[in-house]
Amino acid sequence: MTEDELARRVTLGERAAVAEALNLTEDRRPEGRARAIALLRALRAGDEGARAHRVGITGPPGVGKSTLVAALTRELRRVSRTVGVVAVDPSSIRSGGALLGDRARISPDPNDQGVFVRSLATAGELGGLARSAPLALTVLAAAYDVAILETVGVGQTETDVRHVTDTVVFVVQPGSGDALQFLKAGIMEVPDVLVVNKADQAELAARASGDLAAALATLRSAGALPYDVPIVLTSARDGTGIDALVAALGAHRAELAGPRLLARRREGAIAWGLRAFVRRHGEVGVETRGGEQNVREAIASRLDEGAVIPQIVDEV
Amino acid sequence: MRTYSGHSTPKASNALYRQNMAKGQTGLSIAFDLPTQTGYDPDHELARGEVGKVGVPVAHLGDMRDLLDGIPLDAMNTSMTINATAAWLFALYVSLAEERGIDPKKLSGTVQNDIVKEYLSRGTFIFPPAQSLRLTSDVVTYAVEHVPEWNPINICSYHLQEAGATPVQELAYAITTAICVLDTVKARLGGDARIDGVFGRISFFVNAGLRFVEETCKMRAFVDLWDELGRTRYGVSDEKLRRFRYGVQVNSLELTAAQPENNIVRIALEMLAVVLSKRARARAVQLPAWNEALGLPRPWDQQLALRTQQIMAFETDLLEVEDIFDGSHVVEAKVRELRKAAWREVEAVLSRPGGVVGAVESGYIKERLVASNAARLARIERGEQIKVGVNQFDQTEPSPLTEGGGESILTVDPRVEKEAVERLAAWRATRDAEKVHASLAALKVAAKDGANVMPASIACAKAGVTTGEWAGALREVFGEYRAPTGIGGVATAGGGAGGRDAEATELEAIRATVRELGALLGRGAKMLVGKPGLDGHSNGAEQIALKARDVGFEVVYEGIRVTPAQLVASAAQEGVHIVGLSILSGSHLELVPEIVMGLRMAGLTKVPVVVGGIIPAEDARRLLDAGVARVYTPKNFELNAIMRDLVTLVREANG
Repeated sequence: MTEDELARRVTLGERAAVAEALNLTEDRRPEGRARAIALLRALRAGDEGARAHRVGITGPPGVGKSTLVAALTRELRRVSRTVGVVAVDPSSIRSGGALLGDRARISPDPNDQGVFVRSLATAGELGGLARSAPLALTVLAAAYDVAILETVGVGQTETDVRHVTDTVVFVVQPGSGDALQFLKAGIMEVPDVLVVNKADQAELAARASGDLAAALATLRSAGALPYDVPIVLTSARDGTGIDALVAALGAHRAELAGPRLLARRREGAIAWGLRAFVRRHGEVGVETRGGEQNVREAIASRLDEGAVIPQIVDEV
Repeated sequence: MRTYSGHSTPKASNALYRQNMAKGQTGLSIAFDLPTQTGYDPDHELARGEVGKVGVPVAHLGDMRDLLDGIPLDAMNTSMTINATAAWLFALYVSLAEERGIDPKKLSGTVQNDIVKEYLSRGTFIFPPAQSLRLTSDVVTYAVEHVPEWNPINICSYHLQEAGATPVQELAYAITTAICVLDTVKARLGGDARIDGVFGRISFFVNAGLRFVEETCKMRAFVDLWDELGRTRYGVSDEKLRRFRYGVQVNSLELTAAQPENNIVRIALEMLAVVLSKRARARAVQLPAWNEALGLPRPWDQQLALRTQQIMAFETDLLEVEDIFDGSHVVEAKVRELRKAAWREVEAVLSRPGGVVGAVESGYIKERLVASNAARLARIERGEQIKVGVNQFDQTEPSPLTEGGGESILTVDPRVEKEAVERLAAWRATRDAEKVHASLAALKVAAKDGANVMPASIACAKAGVTTGEWAGALREVFGEYRAPTGIGGVATAGGGAGGRDAEATELEAIRATVRELGALLGRGAKMLVGKPGLDGHSNGAEQIALKARDVGFEVVYEGIRVTPAQLVASAAQEGVHIVGLSILSGSHLELVPEIVMGLRMAGLTKVPVVVGGIIPAEDARRLLDAGVARVYTPKNFELNAIMRDLVTLVREANG
């Protein structure tokens, strides 16, 4: 099958084609990489995935991200939106092996053509995002209405996630003040939606949500909050608040509509391209190319010419 | 003395019970099939291949009538191994008694009704832990009031040991389970309620392994811990109510498929642990069949299990003497050590967020069990723990007992399932639909309002409701639960700093082949480990998943109870290079070919399928014919060898 044909089938949501396309995005062999680039170019040329909503779900381990993604997927299906999920799990540094998430939680009905779940191992990436995760998300965005990226939840993944998604959801659980501290200290970039999961622990959840709201108010008065970040209380276990989360996601997407969305995606693509460039060519490579600003500009101009990131990284 | 049995149909099982009673069996121990245990009717998609396999299907009151036909309920002690649907099967039993004009106060027996260990090892749970415990509590409080001779819960640490628990873990998690049930009952009755009576009706079902000296000490530690718990935590003043009452099924984990006749001796030795010490002697003993690792036991195999007990009871002098260990400082010291370690673990569980339920939901206990089992298997593989006939002394003469091959094993006729579905349809056709509807509606109301579900369940039973309908109504109210697989947090990876050199070298060698494989494939070698069907015994799948990760595979494992269609969808979406299936319920001939076919239809023509489980040689041949690449049985205990096989298979498929 040609890459154009594969791209066409991906956009029709054919599951076998989506699976094959995702295999390609992971392929490290030169011929595989070339095919992946051709596929991404074909998707880009058709502007496929532009309408999809790319959502990143991140937060520390143990806050119930997987269960939340499962509940969110069910709710999105209930309102007839198709969903593709990339779930990233850590690989062992020593063996390279990985245990990937319990996908049956997300997709209980194997005949539902409107849900696709792929688990990825970080495969030695420290940031918590698998190398191929952004490419996988691109494929899923071409095939489904909503493309969800669920991260490992360790390390500084929020920035990476921001580069490749339209909406970043940061999940916390009651009784843990980490997010609050990070927000206050400015270590963590402000997410687009804050979720306090496990809200069945009512008292603790209310306090956590109150603390976060206060922190956001401080940021707002300091002018450091471009967008009014909603705080959603959910219980993924009993389904409470999931409809509110869907609404919050929709609101953020609407807020971004038009040129702002395009600008964010372009900025994100450049930043991601820079990351990929550094990973491949090192800091020395950046210096050789006349410094970071020059590389950014080169990436931007190639992007505007219709190139895709893996290709640009190879060329620049 | 009894043997755990039931299979095929209610009528066939009834004939078996009568036969066993004629041979001197003094009680009934009913095994239910997996659809009955997990609340599905025989015509449900998930029941396919499972009907009548590991026990008898009971879908409604009519089945219960056939099952217990001609058996005097008021004179019989009946043990039912049933958990998630315990309230339902108990309701059917009580309904049958009432229908026969027998006062429920005269019924004696046991429902297992221990849901906690289902989450940890056996896997037949349905609802989330809190809701399940509420059902457990309903059965307990109903029985204490209305069926006072009944044991409404039988806490089974048996299955924990089968899942790899050490003696300390078995002690600790049995006690934490009891605490969890007692606390739930207490909370439902109101904080100040006296629960001495409930405490006194709790019985246990434990395991006994081959290290029978330590196991004897474990039993004595159990007696002490239970007495102490009753006194201190629940203020039970009557000493009789604090007595540790237990039955036992001796260990199957240590039985081997290789030279299976050796198991006859193993079983007899395991029995010693629970009969030698008078002070800690089992009330009821069940022995497994010597050849159960090969397939379903036949009546002759069960007879041998019964005779073993009769020889111990009637030919030896054991029952003539007082406790032969009292005053032994060796035994006392060992008991003290076990008790202390177990209590430390009890406290560790209780101090976790959410207590026992929290420790179940977070996977804490499960992870500890999976880690213990991984350590045990590694000891056997290294030859540190000797298994006669397996990793030592494995030369053998041809055995006259197994030379018949597949024929010497009882198998279930495939027509059984079809007949069960037909019986069910006939039953549904003859009942009063309005009454069924009304009684199910009342059940849902009781479930929502927090009333005891037993009276509503008995009304359902009498109205002709089926097992699947009863469970379906409660699924609507309570929701369905998926338990943590317990493998995420287990660090095994021998070959690290603490590993032995030879082992580390071997592991590194396999990792190198997996890395090479990844280079060939262009991405990490990826494996789907699947447990199709209703069988919840996930030890095998868990250990394979862990080992595969440790040698460098990216492993997708979805836990238990997945349908063939789900497995096919997962394999396709995940882009795996190989699929490994584990089945222990005997439904491999139905489920495996369906999965192989499904994978091929989904275009996964190059993905090899391997199968592990209790699979007779004849069936293995049929699976290979159906396109399976390898079949592994309990004889294949060397996980490293299996891993090398997997690498070869993937390489050949992508060659």
